[in-house]
Amino acid sequence: MHTTDTIKDTEHHGPSYTLFVIIWAILLVLTGVTVYAAEIDLGFLNVVMALSIATIKASLVTFIFMHLKYENLTFKIMVLMAFAILSIFIGLTFFDTAYRVAV
Amino acid sequence: MSDTVMDKGFFAPKGGSKIMEWLFTTDHKRIGMLYLWAILIFFSVGVCLGLALRLELFAPGPTIMTQQAFNAIFTLHGVVMIFLVVIPSIPAAFGNIFLPLQLGAEDVAFPRLNMFSFWLYIVGGGIALTSLFTAGGAPDTGWTFYVPFSSISTTNVSVAVLGVFVLGFSSILTGLNFIVTIHRMRAEGMTWLRMPLFPWALYATAWIQVLATPILSITVLLIAIERLLGMGIFDPARGGDPLLYQHLFWIYSHPAVYIMILPAMGVISDIIPVFCRKPIFGYKTIIGSSLAIAFAGSLVWAHHMFVSGMSDTAVMVFSFLTFIVAVPSAVKVFNWLSTMYKGSIRPEPPLIFALGFIFLFAMGGITGLVLGSAGTDMHVHDTYFVVGHFHFVIFGGTGMGLFASMHYWFPKIYGRMYNKRIATWSAIIIIAGINGLYFPMYLLGLAGMPRRYYDYLPQYTDLHQLSTYGSWITAMGLVLMFWNLWHGRKHGRVVGKNPWGAATLEWTLPSPPPTHNFDEDPIVTHGPYHYDGLIPEEDAVNESEGDK
Repeated sequence: MHTTDTIKDTEHHGPSYTLFVIIWAILLVLTGVTVYAAEIDLGFLNVVMALSIATIKASLVTFIFMHLKYENLTFKIMVLMAFAILSIFIGLTFFDTAYRVAV
Repeated sequence: MSDTVMDKGFFAPKGGSKIMEWLFTTDHKRIGMLYLWAILIFFSVGVCLGLALRLELFAPGPTIMTQQAFNAIFTLHGVVMIFLVVIPSIPAAFGNIFLPLQLGAEDVAFPRLNMFSFWLYIVGGGIALTSLFTAGGAPDTGWTFYVPFSSISTTNVSVAVLGVFVLGFSSILTGLNFIVTIHRMRAEGMTWLRMPLFPWALYATAWIQVLATPILSITVLLIAIERLLGMGIFDPARGGDPLLYQHLFWIYSHPAVYIMILPAMGVISDIIPVFCRKPIFGYKTIIGSSLAIAFAGSLVWAHHMFVSGMSDTAVMVFSFLTFIVAVPSAVKVFNWLSTMYKGSIRPEPPLIFALGFIFLFAMGGITGLVLGSAGTDMHVHDTYFVVGHFHFVIFGGTGMGLFASMHYWFPKIYGRMYNKRIATWSAIIIIAGINGLYFPMYLLGLAGMPRRYYDYLPQYTDLHQLSTYGSWITAMGLVLMFWNLWHGRKHGRVVGKNPWGAATLEWTLPSPPPTHNFDEDPIVTHGPYHYDGLIPEEDAVNESEGDK
């Protein structure tokens, strides 16, 4: 098999077990924060808070456990593109829901 | 001539059970052939259903079927044609066979995943067809499965939707496989800008498959959550939003239209320069337009919903975005025509099909602007105008692209040539038939004939009959074309490596290509449309036949 892309397989330094355990502990703490935050009424910020914590957790999993941090730029751009497209899809839908006139 | 001894290439038996070695093959060429045969079988089913619908509409009132059967048959015609034929057609069949060959690779990046995709396709197709024969009967919702009707219909909607869910995964995995193959498996010297335009089109398509198809799966899951857990997602009585279903459905299903058309555009971009003996005009612009269509085409879904009751702001935004897609589409058409200008044109059958594509696609594309413009769409929404537009684009576009691919790559796959005179006539008959079949639909739509109706007022009779005659002409052309290809694969004249004088890598291999593709890893030193020193072998054949 041959390739024209730059593959840096040999240069990969996978994360250590210590880091995995630390990330796992952080994820557990964040889960605790989610539960705690659910008991406080922040009004509109309830959703913002829940989604922010979830985003941090998902990013940790993607970057560390799924090795995105150690991949080359192409992969990072590809993953970013998926999120960008998703936000565009959701964003454009708001042109409908946010501007509907009550009949 | 037919008894000339030929190398069977990848068709050669490997020893052991012939059926098992085909069913469990990981060879991209064999998987492509399996897809091709499966797609053609489903295509013939879809054509028969379409002919039955046209026959029913030959005269007002009941003719050959009941209302319920009519509703079920148009739903099934849509589901079979869209999910089992058009979406997989060119990428899964010809993409699988020729993408690795055009890149100079030994296979796709994940051959086993490729086999798995094929099996998901067969299982998904099986589930979708099961909905016909099990309790409740065939779904009658139309292929769009709109709520609230799809949630109250007593027909077998759930089974059909499950089939679509499984088929979605097949499509995602094929797309993923192609993206990785294009990034990782290119031969030495095959830079991004030396790739033929067919792989480029597959690349743009694969991104849509990977990014948009999961939304269809999520939508189906949401329906399941609503039904099983009683959560209000689409049902207003439970706080849901029925328009949300339409948004989610079209967020996938509109880009799906580009999954259908982009690979066909790629094939046409590869065929036209070969038969004009000239490099493609505007290579980079065509690449850019493929990527632009893939991106912009993903942002226009709500133009299907102008009369649904969504906000006026959304109507304006999506109407504007729709017009943007017309730009890269037109860029392609002008580039093809400019490629032909002052070319040394060989009117071989693949080119005739490709020209049919340009003409029919232009007819469908331009009427698309009538639908994309919110003001005019109000008048023709849900009329036969939409049916005419869609069929011109998809049958006239993707269908002709598929037929062009079949005629272009046939000598490479089988090492033989079909009867070119019959192929040309079949192309002409099909192009005439498609016009006869779908052009009256534009007039019917403008006159107010709604789509999906079982019955109609007497003043629409003439145009409906004209359309039905067109369906018969198209069917005759299809029978002639398939018979010619079927006959040619066993009895056609044996041809050499490169009958058309094309410059892409698949034509450097023997026909049919060997299982392992390239004996030595190819080193690419020039672009895909570099015809210096390549003389089409068919030129000599045409000349000697002309002398007779």
